Amino acid sequence: MSDEEMMEGGVQKKFCYVNRTAPYGTVYALEALEVVLIGAAFEQDVSVVFMDDGVFQLAKGQDTAGIGMKNFSPTYRALEMYDVEKLYVSKESLEERGLSEDDLLVDVEVKTAAEIRDLMEEQDVLLTF
Amino acid sequence: MKFTIQVNEGPYTHQASDTAYNFATAALAAGHEIYRVFFYHDGVNNATRLTTPPQDDRNVINRWSELAAKHSLDLVVCVAAAQRRGIADADEARRNGKNADNIAPGFRISGLGQLIEGGIQADRLVVFGD
Repeated sequence: MSDEEMMEGGVQKKFCYVNRTAPYGTVYALEALEVVLIGAAFEQDVSVVFMDDGVFQLAKGQDTAGIGMKNFSPTYRALEMYDVEKLYVSKESLEERGLSEDDLLVDVEVKTAAEIRDLMEEQDVLLTF
Repeated sequence: MKFTIQVNEGPYTHQASDTAYNFATAALAAGHEIYRVFFYHDGVNNATRLTTPPQDDRNVINRWSELAAKHSLDLVVCVAAAQRRGIADADEARRNGKNADNIAPGFRISGLGQLIEGGIQADRLVVFGD
């Protein structure tokens, strides 16, 4: 806990949520988003990383009508209202999938694998989904 | 050291719960503290007392209950994940109009805030899943 700072009302830690799975096919993306939203109430230093198939979670124009599941992608736009503003997307993962920043439905910072590694190194708590 | 453990997969299909249990046992034996074990995703299925594995197999659920009783562990099941998957205690069953509950001894149902708080309070949050 060397990096923690004492904040009003308690400890603030660096929490990083790492999303690695496609938005549908498994429930991990949806339930990860629920953790991020609930976690926002704890006023920690939060970062959210999207890498591997996780970059598809932020893709514009998701249409789930054919699979009978709720399209929860609009919720990513609400993260800003919860003061979850540090969204990072893997450059390599985007490129491997033929995506660019313009294909994403929220403002993000694109980071290389090396930069994401450094970001992870700084964290107190890493939650991977 | 103080640990919070997160278990993300159900019993038997995945080894995650076994490994988490073995980790918890080893950590306690070495004098460490387990602040909380949090069950999320299909991990909530570790909390049903209705499982009946073959006699010659381990009972993943009972093992957690026994460890909790022995060491006063806080075993917390995520309420939202539990509702989706049909894990209920008496209160949850009543609130949702169900005629039965199935939670195993030593587990309690609570919110995701318990996971975040576990991450804040512990020195390490260790995640077991795929």
